Amino acid sequence: MASQNKRIAKELGEVTTSPPAGITVTLPNDSDLHKWHVVLEGPENTVYAGAKFGLIVSLPVEYPFKAPTVTFATRIYHPNVTNDSIGSICLGPLKAENWKPSTKLAGVLEAVRALLAEPMPDDPLEARIADEYRSDRKEFDKNARVYVQRYAKGAVKFDALAAAAEADAKKGAGAGAGSGSSAGGGAP
Amino acid sequence: MDTDDDFMSNVSSEDDMLPDDSDNDISGDDDFGFDDEPDAYIDSQKEIGNKRKTAYDISFKVYQPADVQKQQDDFIDEVNMILDISKEEAAILLRYFRWNKERLIEDYMDRPSQVLEAAGLAQTSAALPKMQVIPGFVCDICCEDEPGLQSFALKCNHRYCVDCYRHYLSQKIRGEGEAARIQCPSEGCNLIIDARSLDLLVTPELTERYHELLHRTYVEDKETLKWCPAPDCQNAIECGVKKKDLDKVVPTVSCLCGHRFCFGCIVNDHQPAPCEQVKRWLKKCADDSETANWISANTKECPKCNSTIEKNGGCNHMTCRKCKHEFCWMCMGLWSEHGTSWYNCNRFEEKSGTDARDAQAKSRVSLERYLHYYNRYANHEQSARLDKDIYHKTEKKMVQLQKESGMSWIEVQYLNSASQALQTCRQTLMWTYAFAFYLARNNLTEIFEDNQKDLEMAVEALSEMFERPITELAEPKLKVEIMDKTSYCNKRRVILLEDTAQNLADGRWTFNSELIGSGANGSSSTRR
Ligand SMILES: [Zn+2]
Ligand SMILES: [Zn+2]
Ligand SMILES: [Zn+2]
Ligand SMILES: [Zn+2]
Ligand SMILES: [Zn+2]
Ligand SMILES: [Zn+2]
Repeated sequence: MASQNKRIAKELGEVTTSPPAGITVTLPNDSDLHKWHVVLEGPENTVYAGAKFGLIVSLPVEYPFKAPTVTFATRIYHPNVTNDSIGSICLGPLKAENWKPSTKLAGVLEAVRALLAEPMPDDPLEARIADEYRSDRKEFDKNARVYVQRYAKGAVKFDALAAAAEADAKKGAGAGAGSGSSAGGGAP
Repeated sequence: MDTDDDFMSNVSSEDDMLPDDSDNDISGDDDFGFDDEPDAYIDSQKEIGNKRKTAYDISFKVYQPADVQKQQDDFIDEVNMILDISKEEAAILLRYFRWNKERLIEDYMDRPSQVLEAAGLAQTSAALPKMQVIPGFVCDICCEDEPGLQSFALKCNHRYCVDCYRHYLSQKIRGEGEAARIQCPSEGCNLIIDARSLDLLVTPELTERYHELLHRTYVEDKETLKWCPAPDCQNAIECGVKKKDLDKVVPTVSCLCGHRFCFGCIVNDHQPAPCEQVKRWLKKCADDSETANWISANTKECPKCNSTIEKNGGCNHMTCRKCKHEFCWMCMGLWSEHGTSWYNCNRFEEKSGTDARDAQAKSRVSLERYLHYYNRYANHEQSARLDKDIYHKTEKKMVQLQKESGMSWIEVQYLNSASQALQTCRQTLMWTYAFAFYLARNNLTEIFEDNQKDLEMAVEALSEMFERPITELAEPKLKVEIMDKTSYCNKRRVILLEDTAQNLADGRWTFNSELIGSGANGSSSTRR
């Protein structure tokens, strides 16, 4: 897979020497070109301004013939990002049927940043947040800012578990709106 | 894309570049869309509900792989001649238009260059595709730049090395099962890779899979064609029953391989219950599986002496080994009563509303009612399996019998026919109970229940004969009885299906609205 590394190395070189606005890429492990850590600065004039989000980019061995996966390591309140410790994103170019091997990661990262400025509530991962975004923008803005204050200030953490644990500790008494725990079972 | 907008809005109501995806657009084609195809189903369409002799028996055709290939070739040849374009291009255009030939021809006549553009065939005059070595070329996918690197580009001139092209195709074909609509690897380029280019690039390991996928699009894109779902079967079935007809007809088809399935939902034959009910019923059974599990258990206690009785044949007439008590496995009632006119093992006695005043009592009644029907449904399913086991055992013995008694292979086929009849009839009986569960009482339900009872009694009688020792089976007298009973069972089944199908087509059944779910529409079948 030497030639695929050549491609990845080239992309990495380009994205570190002339990074797109608000995007910083590092390798957590120098010997592993397939895992990138990205710090994404919230775009100006948005509810996310001043925030720093950690993104984890994983390149499959088949890269660039298979799409990379990009997840938020930092919790974010957004219609197109799952509101959990996994932080999955719904992004057109990353879907298998849309992915093209000539697509560059720099472009993908810019698309993620653009998604923060311009959410797509019609194609949501969090239907409730999408509804709120459309019908009660004030409330949405407020919640998004609360999340920024709680999770996206200070040093960026990429270990999702550590981040989640810390978040839980911070959460304390106040946050009753935690998602994720569905009332399973099914006993009548 | 701007220039395409106008064109696309004519071709399709969608903006994903694929025509004919939506029903609203294509449904108008029913009248003219298929007028010169091999079309037995057109007749069936017209016949449903009025002049046809059997309402439950829909017409369909089975096509073997060579027939499917021939149909595609005929389409391609015709388009090739009418539009004066190459066969490769005709094939690509047909696949792009999801094999709607009329629409392709019409659109192509109107605006050929836009159609070619949209289908990925822009600039048809270009030379045949070829691999090239271009000095100073750097592949934008793998970043290789070594001299002598073979490269390839479509008409859009997005050039990549051949290795990358092959990786890409392999990912699409093997990984994603895509074949007819693979685009240029360049980001944002919608040009579809044409068949000639693919033939050049696809490596031998992939060719077979690639052609198989191309072949499949023909059937998958046509509403009137479905693959037979039996494992290893390559046949396709053609049937004219449309999605919107499925509350009026249960389109059971049977493949040359012997598999019988519903053309509407691909589930095994589920006549007389309509597809929507089947879906609901299967979901309900899955949701309530724990409540109902005990029913399909293989052992029960004798209602008289309480000794454990195991069921190992399909027949529901049980005789306790210990006390010789004869009873019915389904209702645990006396078997002797089952032959009489007031036999009502199949009917659930609806309790009057006053019996169930409070919610708890109501829910108990509704559970009892469900269990009544589920019990019988599950029982026939299980019995069909057990009948089959018995047949396999019998089959072995029959071979032995053939040797000993000198009966010919043909002479023992009556057992095969009996086994087939048991399987088919139990399959039908099984679904009559799902059907009955959703059925609301009206003046027709009694006839249905009588038909159900008659079929059930006939089936149990045949099933019982079937379990007799091998030596008796060979006796001419029993042989004749089995043959008579077999044809009687088949006849009763046809009568039942005919009645249910006719009433379904005419919208005369009423279904329990609270069970169907949509409270507004009690009798979904009376809608027009
Ligand atoms: Zn390459
Ligand atoms: Zn291209
Ligand atoms: Zn078949
Ligand atoms: Zn069906
Ligand atoms: Zn007993
Ligand atoms: Zn009974």
